[in-house]
Amino acid sequence: MSHVVWYLGTFGDALEFIVDRRALLLDKTWEHVLLSGAAMGVALAIAVPLGVVLGHVHRGSFVAINLANVGRALPSLAVIAIGLGFFGFGFTNVLVALVILAVPPILTNAYVAVNEVEREAVEAARGMGMTPWQIVRRVELPLALPLLFAGIRTAAVYVVATATIAAIAGGGGLGEILFNQASYRTQGLVGAAIVVSALAFAADAAFGLVQRALTPRGLRAEVPALEPDVMTGVR
Amino acid sequence: MEENWGSVLQPALVQHVKLTVIAVAIGFAIAFAAALLTHRYRRFEGPFASFSAIVYTIPSIALFQLLVPFTGLGVLTVEVALVGYTLLILFRNILAGLRSSPSEVLEAARGMGLTRRQTLTRVELPLALPAIVAGLRIATVSTIALATIAAVVIPEGLGRPIFVALRDYFKTEIIAAAVLAIVLALVADALLVLAERALTPWAARRGVA
Repeated sequence: MSHVVWYLGTFGDALEFIVDRRALLLDKTWEHVLLSGAAMGVALAIAVPLGVVLGHVHRGSFVAINLANVGRALPSLAVIAIGLGFFGFGFTNVLVALVILAVPPILTNAYVAVNEVEREAVEAARGMGMTPWQIVRRVELPLALPLLFAGIRTAAVYVVATATIAAIAGGGGLGEILFNQASYRTQGLVGAAIVVSALAFAADAAFGLVQRALTPRGLRAEVPALEPDVMTGVR
Repeated sequence: MEENWGSVLQPALVQHVKLTVIAVAIGFAIAFAAALLTHRYRRFEGPFASFSAIVYTIPSIALFQLLVPFTGLGVLTVEVALVGYTLLILFRNILAGLRSSPSEVLEAARGMGLTRRQTLTRVELPLALPAIVAGLRIATVSTIALATIAAVVIPEGLGRPIFVALRDYFKTEIIAAAVLAIVLALVADALLVLAERALTPWAARRGVA
């Protein structure tokens, strides 16, 4: 019982911490967003075109699928630690590590999404005289969007969460508070954890909005709530 | 590397494997029970899915430290957190697997006079195996990853040498422990793939990747 009271008290203290130390939190949140955003930007620029092209030509399934399996097996702390050996402390090391962790889910989902677009739809488009680029742009991509975005959203949540570990390698962000319980006490820990969770939800929601905006009106109705994506293993 | 193996890396590796196996086993038992319950009574899906999703979003560094007042500075704290993180992945995969049986197959089972329990054990569970093993693979490798972070609260596992070496900026040990953690994750993943092949011999004939 006393634990429950302690917990409720801590929660209140944490909210107080969020209000009182908003300057610090804002600062660290901004660093966190910059780092995660940069990592997602680089990962998207690499993984989406590559996955879509491979899916379009139906080649490279071995690489695309196995890369995801290896990628998701990589412990983030280990990747950051090895990055330290190569790049030393700082933003670059952590950015590279986060990109390495974000590329596999995006690439694999992009590949599977485009690869599994119904052949009949593609045939029909070809019959209508569409060029390959038009087929990608107007048939395959719209139909691939749900699965493609499932991968992007998985990666975004993962990157925001993992960016906390960046603090041990000098990457800044909200992890600096989480790793420093000695200075910020329990309320700082809970406060920062709340902000990180909120950021993860926000990242997921933001990409959800982008997905919605990109989805042609005719396809909008079918946005399944619990679509098991490739990363959760059901293909 | 060699002088560290016996005193630091080997014990850390053994602890890491133990932490992982215990967490995945308990997590699986809980998620399996919850998925069976949800498969039978749909109304349990919302509560369990939301609970496991909320746990999943708590940053691991924070959760490990926050559990300390309740469960102490020990293995229990780490295991509670690790089990919590496996629930979402395992629950979703087991449930998706159980729901993957085509309706014709279920019709056929009913036509053959199978009871609900028989349908579950002889039809739905075998058909769910690939999804269940897929879930176990993700849960295992992510537990191995999270267990490195457990070194924030207990001096165990492969994260320990990483954190200690980070403080002293001792490169060789950081890389050695990190590489070990990666190798462990890849080996565990490969072992589970082999286990799946052994458990679902019918899948191999279809040539599933």
